[in-house]
Amino acid sequence: MTDAAIALVGINKSFGPVRANRDIHLEIPRGTIHGIIGENGAGKSTLMSILYGFYQADSGEIRVGGKPVKIATPNDAIAAGIGMVHQHFMLVDNFTVLENIILGAEGEALLNASIAKARAELARLERDYGLEVDPDAIVEELPVGLQQRVEILKALYRGADVLILDEPTGVLTPAEADHLFRILAQLKAEGKTIVLITHKLREIMAITDNVSVMRQGQMVATRKTSETSVEELAELMVGRRVLPRVEKSNAKPGDVKLSVQDLVVKDSRGVTMVRGVSFDVRAGEIVGIAGVAGNGQSELIETICGVRKAVSGAVLLDGRPVEVTGNADPGELRDRGLAHVPEDRHHVGLVLAFEESENAILGYHDRPEYLSGPFLDRADIVKDAEDKIARYDIRPANPHLKTANFSGGNQQKIVLAREMEKDPVVLIVGQPTRGVDVGAIEFIHRQLVAMRDAGKAVLLVSVELDEIRSLSDRILVMFDGRIVGERDGEASEGELGLLMAGVEKREAAE
Amino acid sequence: MSAPYAKLPRWADYGLIPLINLAVAFAVAGLVVLLVGESPIRAAGILIEGAFGRGQNIAYTLYYATSFIFTGLAVAVAFHCGLFNIGGEGQAYVGGLGVAIVCLSLDGTFPWWVNFPLAIVCAAAFGAAWAFIPALLQAKRGSHIVITTIMFNFIAASLMVYLLVGVLKPAGSMAPQTRTFLDGGQLPKLNWLIELFGGTIRSSPFNISFLLALLAAFLVWVLIWRTRLGYEIRTQGHSPKAARYAGIGEARIIVITMLISGALAGMMALNPIMGDQHRVQLDFVTGAGFVGIAVALMGRSHPAGIVPAAILFGVLYQGGAELAFEMPNISRDMIVIIQGLVILFAGALENMFRPQVQALFASISPRSVGVTAAKGEGG
Repeated sequence: MTDAAIALVGINKSFGPVRANRDIHLEIPRGTIHGIIGENGAGKSTLMSILYGFYQADSGEIRVGGKPVKIATPNDAIAAGIGMVHQHFMLVDNFTVLENIILGAEGEALLNASIAKARAELARLERDYGLEVDPDAIVEELPVGLQQRVEILKALYRGADVLILDEPTGVLTPAEADHLFRILAQLKAEGKTIVLITHKLREIMAITDNVSVMRQGQMVATRKTSETSVEELAELMVGRRVLPRVEKSNAKPGDVKLSVQDLVVKDSRGVTMVRGVSFDVRAGEIVGIAGVAGNGQSELIETICGVRKAVSGAVLLDGRPVEVTGNADPGELRDRGLAHVPEDRHHVGLVLAFEESENAILGYHDRPEYLSGPFLDRADIVKDAEDKIARYDIRPANPHLKTANFSGGNQQKIVLAREMEKDPVVLIVGQPTRGVDVGAIEFIHRQLVAMRDAGKAVLLVSVELDEIRSLSDRILVMFDGRIVGERDGEASEGELGLLMAGVEKREAAE
Repeated sequence: MSAPYAKLPRWADYGLIPLINLAVAFAVAGLVVLLVGESPIRAAGILIEGAFGRGQNIAYTLYYATSFIFTGLAVAVAFHCGLFNIGGEGQAYVGGLGVAIVCLSLDGTFPWWVNFPLAIVCAAAFGAAWAFIPALLQAKRGSHIVITTIMFNFIAASLMVYLLVGVLKPAGSMAPQTRTFLDGGQLPKLNWLIELFGGTIRSSPFNISFLLALLAAFLVWVLIWRTRLGYEIRTQGHSPKAARYAGIGEARIIVITMLISGALAGMMALNPIMGDQHRVQLDFVTGAGFVGIAVALMGRSHPAGIVPAAILFGVLYQGGAELAFEMPNISRDMIVIIQGLVILFAGALENMFRPQVQALFASISPRSVGVTAAKGEGG
């Protein structure tokens, strides 16, 4: 086929015994937006890494514009006209936009010439595609949406005809995501080919022309977007029917278990991230905090859990104060019934180098049931871990396996099992399903509702609006360090989206 | 799935890769020997002969290894907490002061088996004390432990010169050293251990602190992998954020770890002082604190790796000394080059051949990679 911008023929890739990609065939027609969906661990990222030259396929062929090419390094990919916008931006934070764009294509030892060239080229790209960015702005001072635009510009500057975007909307507000989609549509109109990797089915439906579904390393289906449905795609992804929303009864709120009063928190750079936040969480309800990442939610829950110091304000846990402005000790709070599933399970909630059973006691390792004198009671720890593995269906069911070797969903289950099993009073959950596959999301959501029904006060922080809406009994929206509105669980997405973007401040909490 | 390479079976990870690295180090060292006009084969022969040829040589090799086990363990314990303790040299030096205090005051009063435990405690305490200040500065003020421990090496050296020249030197003596200890300050030799296996020994410095070193290695293993404290140390080392989340006090764990690390380094002083020279001399540590870094790197911070790595460096020390004696073209400095190459390939370039080995394993038997290696370390 000559009209295929990219064709993958029989791609195989194994990591040891794990077959990440099995006999993948894929053709992406020129000038289209092609979605690739699949659960975490389905092999999407591996496939794109092969296409972009991070990995080498064990066998198979990549054809660009009908001609077979060998892509051994990202530079080969760039030469073949393939650009990539990574999920975690590959930008140098303290460089300007311009400096970032010429990075890797600096030209001569002196930068003057290439900077001038880049400036002119950037002006053209802005004109052609509506990608406005101040070329002299420092990247770290730009909002996330603009940083992503810099990534896109960088790829285009290198002459990319095919643009791969890996989970591009994870960090964006709905409005920013809409803007991104307009840009992508514009790029398509200019003849570029776009590959969009995502797990958000709505985005696939909204913007793509074709969609391919991956499951367990295989390409299970390719559909024209107009001829498929969200339900069909979800089923293809998981291999069975999934419930779109958690079924839950009405909340029966009890006493206030967690009370946050006028909390002010600065981050490590001294920037005030939480500006006077107050709210209560009652027993038997799930309170969701919605907001775009970086509006103070992370600092808020870290402070409540004693990991970060507050500047001022108070937190009451079950009626008794927490020393948030002094030396709050996460271990002591845990003893008082505060369980915390942190947002960043890789660096905070788990020690990836540890065995599963070791992580199953992290933070609870000083409990007498896990110790005999100064020694760890290994037999009991392993037995306890096996018990949790069975009840939370953690796979593989091996308490001695290194935690890094579990999938995202199973890692999250390890954290959840640990935090839920100690009968907490208050459960604080940050991004419970980030990087978690669909099957596990369902399970985790049901567990959170079960905690609520068992009379726990649950505080949920998530950037996934769907998740907040489907789980929460009350929704607080955070913007720029303040709670800018409270809605019930039935609030519409559009309404919340506006609040998240800071458009409406009618119901400010203070 | 995002792992770039497949996992290796543990025996390959801990055995084969270090052996390959070692072989390459010796191959490059052989080229250096060739450059100065000597036969690398003959040099290797002399080196091995010098380290293992007779009971005498084995005893010397193990004597050096004893010191390296202590300092290697010291570095490894700090490694597990994410701390790079470069101050083993100074901590061992000051540890010598602890040994001296016990031996000089009690060597005429008690037999060695009473003084030995006291000296262990004192050496450990002095070494720990020397690590305490950098630890506190790191924990409370964020002063980088690499910088402070290096500087404390110099302070230790100056302090010991001052003490040995002034305070500890017997009146009328010209040498900057303490008086020779009496019998109560001298450890029994372990020569019988080698003679048991048929070696012959005229005299050697090999003494029972070797057994103490092996015991320390075992206790470090217990500490790191079997105790609550070890769990907290490893958590802090792998992820300070996770440690904070788990309620592990950062300052507390840093200080405790450095005290243990300093104590282990301090105990190294027992071997040369109480075991061999029976007095405190200037520069008795002779670089063992720094060799400990290489030993810990090569032993992958695991006692089961540190002991053989320490013996390897014992071989290089002892065999190297013989080599410098036998081949006039090869000076002491050449030996340092060889040691440097071993450190370079075994420590710094540890992962250089890993991809190839992994590819080899994956092609030979795909089943053997990944599945069996999933246990992680510490079993």
